[in-house]
Amino acid sequence: MPKFEVDPAVHRGLADARLNVEIDNGDMILNLGPQHPATHGTLRLVVRLDGERVVASDVVIGYMHRGYEKLTEYRTYPQITTLINRIDWLSSFANEVPFVHAAEQLMGIEAPPRAEYIRTALTELSRIATFLLFLGEMGLQVGAITPAFYGFRDREYVLNAIESATGGRFHPNFNRIGGLKDDLPWGWIAETRESMRKVLKSCDEFEDLVVSNPIFQKRTRGIGIIPAELGASYGVSGSNLRASGVDWDLRRDGKPYLVYNDLDWKVWTHSDGDSFARYWVRLQETRESARMVLQLLDVMPSGPVMTKVPKIIKVPEGEVWVNTENPLGEMGYYVISKGATGPFRVKIRTASLSNVSIAPWLLRGVYLPDIITVLASLYFILGDIDK
Amino acid sequence: MSENTEVEVGATMSPENLELLGRVSAALGAEAIIESAQAVGDLVVRVANASWREAAKACRGALGFNYLSFIGGIDWMPAPVVGGEAGDTSSPVQPAEQTYGAAGSAGRFQVFARVASTSVPRSGLTLKVDLDEESPAVDSWVSIYPGADWHERETWEMLGIGFNGHPSLRHLYLPAEFEGNPLRKDFPLLAREVKPWPGLVNVEPMPGEDVEEEAE
Repeated sequence: MPKFEVDPAVHRGLADARLNVEIDNGDMILNLGPQHPATHGTLRLVVRLDGERVVASDVVIGYMHRGYEKLTEYRTYPQITTLINRIDWLSSFANEVPFVHAAEQLMGIEAPPRAEYIRTALTELSRIATFLLFLGEMGLQVGAITPAFYGFRDREYVLNAIESATGGRFHPNFNRIGGLKDDLPWGWIAETRESMRKVLKSCDEFEDLVVSNPIFQKRTRGIGIIPAELGASYGVSGSNLRASGVDWDLRRDGKPYLVYNDLDWKVWTHSDGDSFARYWVRLQETRESARMVLQLLDVMPSGPVMTKVPKIIKVPEGEVWVNTENPLGEMGYYVISKGATGPFRVKIRTASLSNVSIAPWLLRGVYLPDIITVLASLYFILGDIDK
Repeated sequence: MSENTEVEVGATMSPENLELLGRVSAALGAEAIIESAQAVGDLVVRVANASWREAAKACRGALGFNYLSFIGGIDWMPAPVVGGEAGDTSSPVQPAEQTYGAAGSAGRFQVFARVASTSVPRSGLTLKVDLDEESPAVDSWVSIYPGADWHERETWEMLGIGFNGHPSLRHLYLPAEFEGNPLRKDFPLLAREVKPWPGLVNVEPMPGEDVEEEAE
């Protein structure tokens, strides 16, 4: 057997702890997690090592499976937004948008322009909040602790903006079918503009502190390369795929949603496809999102934030697929309605599940300390994997 | 939204979807396509069970859909009423008859998948396939879209649908010892059976509340 080729028979059994004991071929089996600080939650990784190199690995997920697809069948449409807030808990607001759009499209209603603008602004704010955490924490994974403090500090500005508009820092539950719960509070626009300036400044700091840092570059460049075609066939999406040079962003290339077509922005790509590229792309996207929010604040239309909807929401029979570009990648809901107050079936497509499914392929031949940086650069949220 | 009326099977399709349907039937052969429909702007094509793998090959090859969005399953069995007649009134009540969605179905179980192209904006195709009701199974897509691995494992454990040729069908989310298929409609959500929730009526009186009622 060639040195780094995966033996499918062994690879299959790795997840099973009972089998691990029986594999006796001199290689070392390393168990990472489920409770490990570098796995961002309860993700278990079983790695077979030859020396310091990974020969094969298996990802064991499901420690946080909450059965959302089943639960949606027992909820009414307005109740479901509370649930799906908790799928990707760092960008909860962005989770709500595709589901609410799905219900609205089936009902044949549209939210008023002001509501769509506020939704766009809050979606981009949650993207910034998500990415700022990544930008800081990625430094932590290579041993630099300062960026993590900066990331958490600057995320607070954004979370404050989200909180003052929605009332919730992490789980806004602010979307309603047909619009939003409330209008923006007084002074929000001026405050958010100030916060966005801080975010842009903070992006420059990350550029200096992390991107141009030779140690960081050594640890991330040329490691964990995702080839574009393979990534797409694995369903890898979002910044991870754009870092492999695929110029594909659902905000621009998907079915038009929210008000992205009215804004002046660009899609960032990087041709390398390694951990560094994924960091770099997210850094540029954070800047781009901050600029988008600034534009939105300038052109925010006036008017109502809620359209007329019946008191009891019944969604007509039909099915619809709505996918959006969430911070972690493509998130979508396939909603099947039979005309009741709740959906008949909701298939939830989460970004992290597909993004992490490439990990066993990606980690082959990687050195042990790089497992953490490669995983961190994929950037996943366990709630988004486990649903 | 005007597209809303086009959900019904056999309704008029947009020119883009007609063009895509033409390409799909050219790549796959017209006999493999059982039915097609448009669901709020998206083309849904139902293919024969025997052509499921060929459909994936055609998608990844001739049709240029290089990106796998998801694979999932549907159980079309009518949902049982939760907690009997006097039970939980807060759960939505679904129609009692078995009806099928866009592009129809031959029976209770279906597998559906969504593919897209990363180079063509606004591209995408939803595929559905009918399954045998007794032993639902269909060919695996893993050798064509490697990302199908986890999605098929999930569909297998949640709905009990087999995937022929999958390298290792084992539990993804649930513990290895788990029995049953939670997403099947006849698998009860125990929490709801035991106690109605979220309570429109709080069945347990708050401390002190019951005393007041007695006084009245």
